[in-house]
Amino acid sequence: MTLDDILKAPSPASQWVLDTDCEENGLSAEEVKQVMRSRIAEMRDSIERGLKTDARSITGMVGWNAKGLWDAPDALNAPLLKRVQAYAMAVNEENARMGRIVAAPTAGSAGTIPGALIGVADHLGLEDEALVMPLVLAAGIGKAISRQMYISGSAGGCQAEIGSSAAMAAAAVTELLGGTSRAAVHAAAMALMNTIGLVCDPVGGYVEVPCVSRNAFFAVHAVSSAQLALAQLESFIPPDEVITAMAQVGRMMPLQLKETAEGGLAQTPFAQGFLKDLEKSQK
Amino acid sequence: MSLLDMIGPVMIGPSSSHTAGACRIGLAARQLLGHTPEKAHLGLHASFAKTGKGHGTHLALIAGLLGFEPHDPRLPQAFQEAEKAGLHFEFQDTDLGNVHPNTAQITLQGGQTSIEVMASSTGGGIIEVIEVDHFKVSFDGFSPTLLLKYQDAYGMISRVTGLIAIDEVNIASLTCTREKRGGTALMCIVLDSGLSDYAIRKIAHIPEISWIRMLPGFKRL
Repeated sequence: MTLDDILKAPSPASQWVLDTDCEENGLSAEEVKQVMRSRIAEMRDSIERGLKTDARSITGMVGWNAKGLWDAPDALNAPLLKRVQAYAMAVNEENARMGRIVAAPTAGSAGTIPGALIGVADHLGLEDEALVMPLVLAAGIGKAISRQMYISGSAGGCQAEIGSSAAMAAAAVTELLGGTSRAAVHAAAMALMNTIGLVCDPVGGYVEVPCVSRNAFFAVHAVSSAQLALAQLESFIPPDEVITAMAQVGRMMPLQLKETAEGGLAQTPFAQGFLKDLEKSQK
Repeated sequence: MSLLDMIGPVMIGPSSSHTAGACRIGLAARQLLGHTPEKAHLGLHASFAKTGKGHGTHLALIAGLLGFEPHDPRLPQAFQEAEKAGLHFEFQDTDLGNVHPNTAQITLQGGQTSIEVMASSTGGGIIEVIEVDHFKVSFDGFSPTLLLKYQDAYGMISRVTGLIAIDEVNIASLTCTREKRGGTALMCIVLDSGLSDYAIRKIAHIPEISWIRMLPGFKRL
């Protein structure tokens, strides 16, 4: 499954992705759709739990962001933006509290797809059933990326992890809003090409800072990509070559910038001081 | 790789590779032993050793050894659950050489039997078992997998696969490794679906076979 295959599939692209995967893995289309329905319900549960509580994470670095944003006045009068960001952070704060979430494609990037997809659907008043096939397409985009690159921050930096989830979300939102196969794949490519170079630098190695807010930003990033693609804008670079470029950058990236907490934000003096204090308080 | 791996698993946070994958490594090791272990020694390599603590990797591995799946709400209390189940465990940082940074080597004992398993967590909750009792293998634990230890002899593959064929089950991959000609060997067969109890009994009755495990495949929920 390449992005070019999906791009050339009849619209909506999700149907081709579903048929192809079912043939490969011996599952029926209805079985896959049923699991996707339950995954949407799980995503919703984690959003709801995350918006209600401000309980701290393991380290205390995060936990109150989603509720804080959700309860705050809408400064920009941009309810879609606020909803997408709050949903995304709600999921990742649940994750940081060792709560139950859906890895999509990973746990560190779990908020991006629900933030973008469920956020847009709720903003427009759409039913959850409308999200099932777009979620199938999101998974297909993830499969296409993982042909060339591992989708974890430890393997390819955050560009591979949240870049993948943003690309998956962008395609899903594009299809949800009636975009063609071509538009959905270009949305994915644009989301990914504008994530290239992003390092994975979690403070202390915990999936908390910058992971939680990063999911909020990249959920919005995915929605932006969908908006461009629905207006017929396209990635100048062919979509599969965008993946190649991301994979190449990932291989060139030093280990210090791949989830080891040995570079970037994790090595700031403030982060180091915080971790020292944390260690003391745990003793 | 299935669509369901890209949107999933449903899991307890915070990390799909360090938590969900670690839990499945524990689960695979438990399935290879065949029951809840009494003693476990867990060697953690590279990233598992370095950043495992904050990711709940230790808890997740023990949860898997107890038979919990990645979404089990008891995962954060795995150490207390281990005490209840009579499982004693110890962790050690170790260098396993040129393997994936998220790799664990697990030795389990219990019920007069023991097993050693090495497995890597490759991202998104997906794992690869790379060694069983020092024999090289490669399977992901999602598909039903049959493992056999036997005395190397001619016709073994044919006898085993013949019995699988009678069950009308398709083989996805088959690997054999042996210590030396005529020595102990390990066969690892990844299947498209599980075997009947009858077929497993028939295979287990082949005289050269000393050990057999049928792993059911992880649930994708």
